[in-house]
Amino acid sequence: MSTKALKEIKCELVVVGGGPAGMAAAVAAYEEGLRDILILERDDNLGGILRQCIHNGFGLHRFGEELTGPEYAYRYEKMVREYGIPFMTDTMVTSISEDRVVTAQNSKEGIFKIHAGAVVLAMGCRERPKGALNIAGHRPAGIYTAGTAQKFVNMKGYMPGKEVVILGSGDIGLIMARRMTLEGAKVKAVCELMPYSGGLARNIEQCLNDFGIPLMLSHTVVEIHGNDRLTGVTIGKVDEMRRPIPESFEYIPCDTLLLSCGLIPENELTKDAGISLDRITNGAVVDGERETEIPGVFACGNVLHVHDLVDYVSEEASIAGKAAVRFIRGEGAKNVNIPILADGQIRYTVPQKITEITPTRVYFRVADVYRDRKVTVTCGDEVLYQKKKQKLAPGEMETVELSADMIANAEKIGKALEFKLV
Amino acid sequence: MRDVVIVGAGVIGGAIARELSKYKLDVTIVEKCSDVAMGATRANSAIVHAGFDAKEGSLKAKMNVRGSKMMKKFAEELGVKYKRNGSLVVGFSEEDRATLLDLKKRGEINGVEGLRVIDREEILKLEPSIGEKVTVALHAPTGAIICPYELCMACVGNAMDNGVELKLNFDVKKIEKHDGYYTVYSDNDSVSAKYVINCAGVYSDEIAKMVADDSFTVFPRRGEYMLLDKECGKLVSHTIFRCPSKMGKGILVSPTVDGNLLLGPTAENIEDKEDKSTTAKGLANVRMQASEQVSGINFGKIITSFTGLRSVGSTGDFIINENDGFINCAGIESPGLSSAPAIAEYVRELLVSAGAVLENKESFVAKRRPMHYFKECSDEEKNAIIKENPAYAHIICRCEMVSEGEIVEAIHTNPGARDVDAVKRRTRSGMGRCQGGFCSPYVVEILARELGVAYTDITKFGGESYINIGKTKEV
Repeated sequence: MSTKALKEIKCELVVVGGGPAGMAAAVAAYEEGLRDILILERDDNLGGILRQCIHNGFGLHRFGEELTGPEYAYRYEKMVREYGIPFMTDTMVTSISEDRVVTAQNSKEGIFKIHAGAVVLAMGCRERPKGALNIAGHRPAGIYTAGTAQKFVNMKGYMPGKEVVILGSGDIGLIMARRMTLEGAKVKAVCELMPYSGGLARNIEQCLNDFGIPLMLSHTVVEIHGNDRLTGVTIGKVDEMRRPIPESFEYIPCDTLLLSCGLIPENELTKDAGISLDRITNGAVVDGERETEIPGVFACGNVLHVHDLVDYVSEEASIAGKAAVRFIRGEGAKNVNIPILADGQIRYTVPQKITEITPTRVYFRVADVYRDRKVTVTCGDEVLYQKKKQKLAPGEMETVELSADMIANAEKIGKALEFKLV
Repeated sequence: MRDVVIVGAGVIGGAIARELSKYKLDVTIVEKCSDVAMGATRANSAIVHAGFDAKEGSLKAKMNVRGSKMMKKFAEELGVKYKRNGSLVVGFSEEDRATLLDLKKRGEINGVEGLRVIDREEILKLEPSIGEKVTVALHAPTGAIICPYELCMACVGNAMDNGVELKLNFDVKKIEKHDGYYTVYSDNDSVSAKYVINCAGVYSDEIAKMVADDSFTVFPRRGEYMLLDKECGKLVSHTIFRCPSKMGKGILVSPTVDGNLLLGPTAENIEDKEDKSTTAKGLANVRMQASEQVSGINFGKIITSFTGLRSVGSTGDFIINENDGFINCAGIESPGLSSAPAIAEYVRELLVSAGAVLENKESFVAKRRPMHYFKECSDEEKNAIIKENPAYAHIICRCEMVSEGEIVEAIHTNPGARDVDAVKRRTRSGMGRCQGGFCSPYVVEILARELGVAYTDITKFGGESYINIGKTKEV
């Protein structure tokens, strides 16, 4: 076998992933004047998971109108194409080194290396599979994650089944409850282990209530039945410790079980690069610029933390894209290092630290459903921010705007910013 | 008329087929499932046992020790990953120490080399994550790990490359004995052959009954397992067995050759030979025992759990015998995988004593290209392959980095994959952390294209296990 050395190229900004985050980061970088950009996308087209999200509800914040997933993606794809930002599809990134050498492969180029001035990580996330849930019983055909079913129905035009139970009330599960119903399937129940749904309130209304699909809170699937194809599931109520209560067990005949039990950022490349992850978000630890602990490597979108609205993904990606340009030009101005701490009722914040005195929007999620609380930011003994909230739920991402003054103040105090509910 | 028909394409049937393919014999394997390796071979501990476990003098002991010694070369020829990682049987008390000393003695009588009973201090040097309460262990340096279904596929594939015929979806319903030969029937097919070799796993007693042999029975013993993400595969390097006690044989914690961490199995005698379900109780038991044997197992990283059914024979030993050209290989429970190459030789000798004439086949090719050769290539070598066939650069399974080229190859290499799980066992596509979430729609597409069938014809594992029930708007 004759072997040749790998092709090596240089590029100022490499964006890993051509979904909404990657495209928005590249567009932002272009608009800052950078031209030497390359987007690497593993699928056969730009757009990422939005391509299969044919329902509407996207873009209200970003574009002030209601778009479908493909429409939202196309807005950005159009910008990428009109600006002439180079991109490669069907291209898989297989590793990223600490000194920002990106190894990728596709059918045209084979395996090749890119020496990048800066890298934006925008690989998105994946769904938690059944195995991770460890449900007892058989392993027949007919069990899919909600997103896989969505791909079969919306992209391939095939029906995975007709009688459906959904485990988990994440947004994709709720969307698929409606989608399967519209395609003529009977969705018998959506079981949610927690006493509240992890999905958006509007999706529960529009996807379940409008179609009379029961949402069974504090319920889970305890057993799977069927040798070849799924024939049914046993569901049961769980106690406060989330243990199934045998007296409540109920058999539901069905040929399909869809799982919507959480999303996990796809950070295998990030970990390989030696970047440590936040235990709660499963994404990289970043500062306000979305820069990871490796200088010049940025992260945004669902690979950083799971968002509920793509509009926020675009916003975050734009921050990362612009910051990458500043890094390439040597304009970064990191002059402080203020950690942000979450108290537990607030599960996490992104960013996790602030390194620049500039207005910064901090995203966070809460651990449980809370009513009539005050979102509070303190530094030492000083309260920097406080805002009343009637209701906070884990399914809805929240934000706090920190002004440059607040950050400068925190710097003076010399302590961490603490996010809490009081 | 064939010379030999083998009933069952598990690792035993496969190893025998491969052994017989060295000779000028017409051999057919019939298998009731849609792929090879679908019974106990698919779901077991993936261990090549050193050989101290089986009772001295038993066929199990002989086959185990001989098989264990043969396995390295056997696996190498067939291109199957094999690793001599050594094993530790860990104990928690003085009573356990006595048991381990007995095991050591038994192993030495069986001919196992290098056995030592070691104390906690030395155990910690070998395995820093060993359970806090472990005080003593039997160290067996010749213990090894292997992928059992890969071994079976390689055996059958190599046998087919050397002329053996494989009939899948052939569920034996009846066997007729004629003068000097047998005819084996399924519902819609039949094969006649001078010799029948019964390797039908949990169904081998039922196959034997078809020729009026009711000298033994076989019952299924359920073993439940959990498989953890590759992130956890380096927690231990040895296979960590538990000292057998009044509570039973106990489970193991072991790295796999593919780099995952495997926990299990439980042992529960059941009636239903098709019941491969896991139970909440069994999985909880695995978890509890595993945490005692090894500290720091991250149960959040479980990627799948599954059940294997061992075929336990009524005699307590392997049941391998010949009568009038009909050979039983039954009750091949643990250490069956370890014994497979030795059993194949043993059965060959039984065939000879039954009158079969074995003449060497000059064209026999012993070597098979490793199933994962592409993965093992350097980037430069991969590029040379990609240049010839660009499909090798097109990644379908992101978690395990499996390309379209490798999937197409798995469909067209003996024994060819016909369903999604068969592709998974050959390429690891869908075996990673997302468990096929991303790749299965593409794998279905490639299978349909390569096999020239409809998208909706593709199953998860044969039978009625359809992935999709029809087109949208049509169902």
